Amino acid sequence: MNELDLHKVGVRGINSQLHSLPKNTNEKHWVIQNPRGQHSIAVGLDAPLQIDIRGHVGFYCGGMNKDAELTIHGHAGVGTAENMMSGVVWVKGNSSESAGATGNGGLLVIEGDASSRCGISMKGIDIVVGGSVGHMSAFMAQRGNLIVCGDAGDALGDSIYEARLYVKGKVASLGADCIEKEMRAEHLADLERLLKAAKRKEKPSDFRRYGSARKLYNFSVDHADAY
Amino acid sequence: MCGIVGLYLKNPKLKSKLGKMFKPMLIEMTNRGPDSTGVAVYRNPVKKAQTKFSLAHDDANYDWRKIDTGLEKALKCVCTITKIDSHCILVTTGKEAAVIAWLKAHHPGVRVVGTGHTIEIFKETGLPAEVYDRFDLDEAQGTHIIGHTRMATESAVTTAGSHPFATGADLCLVHNGSLSNHNRLRENLRKEGMDFQTENDTEVAAAYMTWKLRGGATLKEALEDGLRDLDGFYTFLVGTAEGFAVVRDPIACKHAVMAETDDWVAMATEYRAIAHLPGADTAKIWEPEPTVVYTWGGHA
Repeated sequence: MNELDLHKVGVRGINSQLHSLPKNTNEKHWVIQNPRGQHSIAVGLDAPLQIDIRGHVGFYCGGMNKDAELTIHGHAGVGTAENMMSGVVWVKGNSSESAGATGNGGLLVIEGDASSRCGISMKGIDIVVGGSVGHMSAFMAQRGNLIVCGDAGDALGDSIYEARLYVKGKVASLGADCIEKEMRAEHLADLERLLKAAKRKEKPSDFRRYGSARKLYNFSVDHADAY
Repeated sequence: MCGIVGLYLKNPKLKSKLGKMFKPMLIEMTNRGPDSTGVAVYRNPVKKAQTKFSLAHDDANYDWRKIDTGLEKALKCVCTITKIDSHCILVTTGKEAAVIAWLKAHHPGVRVVGTGHTIEIFKETGLPAEVYDRFDLDEAQGTHIIGHTRMATESAVTTAGSHPFATGADLCLVHNGSLSNHNRLRENLRKEGMDFQTENDTEVAAAYMTWKLRGGATLKEALEDGLRDLDGFYTFLVGTAEGFAVVRDPIACKHAVMAETDDWVAMATEYRAIAHLPGADTAKIWEPEPTVVYTWGGHA
């Protein structure tokens, strides 16, 4: 195990050290001390590292992550794991808005609540939230799965494309073109796999599925007057 | 941009350290707002029959004694003044409205930046570290303090356009965001008798709150009515005699984070401001929800 103290080396010191490691490095486990809410910690990683961040982080932590497994032992700020490609970002506390924004792949787990715009414009990432998500979550979500074990705020899945949304609790309201959909065997299998990956105890059958009504995909002549 | 920070001490043993605890929080927000800095500190309550005024003047060498003696003569009241850099704390037995009218008539260059029994407001153009030192806020003691670092968008970089803005006795407002209907609202509020010193959007929000509170609304009601009448992006932090309140607009895209321990409650635009507090590492941390009015220390 290697240790990096952000208070001593700064965000650049941490990120350049992690970026300098070759993909086949033997120094896989890194602990980051004293993150003190600083932004852009451990962004752009592209090696299979295991990273433990001991404390609360600021904005964009784990952004663009590829292959690495990050655990944030605290609160995560705005845009955590934004545009993640693969790997895992795991938040032990709550997260601020726009968690997993535009994520392409990998798994984002937030054990607490995830605030507004969680999974906005997600493109293939899987997100599991142990608590609730705020308003406008999965806005324009294109691909991937958003699983919410608590409640969802207003306008869930507004203008959604092909992402799949699963909510166990209440949904305050669905956004434009987002509807409840039938839960089929393939969905239950996906849910089971992702809940297990996120070490959740919830039963897949307790969730409801939401997705696109596909009414916004094409121009509808009935709406001609609206333009 | 702009940074806002608030600290409320639950543990009375920490009261003597308020200014020292708050300083690094405010300085951490320097790159969110390097144009001007303002702080409202709640300390040294005056007697019931007295009112405490925070006054400011553009001339740093302004002779505040003119006010002291002038007021005592004109209003037959007792006054004490304490000059603190470009500001002055005036404690008087004179009636608030009469004092303000007299200042306006005889010393139009003097701005009333705050009134009440405990509040003191200091604000100036410049970096947080400089402004904090100018007003000797390191030594501030009390239960709570709020601050603002401004990156000006809606109006000029001036002391008058700096936050916090007073909204009534012991009340003040700081704002991160921008309002889009402030011109129309300012005209409407002028018709209701409200006075404006600047073209600033936050001053309009503050005047709106003052007008609502004068009309008998509670602080919570005034903030909730504001959600309907104030168009724009905002996170508001309102300082009250007993604590503070936080509210965000329905879209809630201006950042805000809150943290609580057994010793304190803190609110900031970004967590890194709160990270300086003792015990922040293990604090409960969450993002305030849109349109929900959060209050500490009562008064809502």
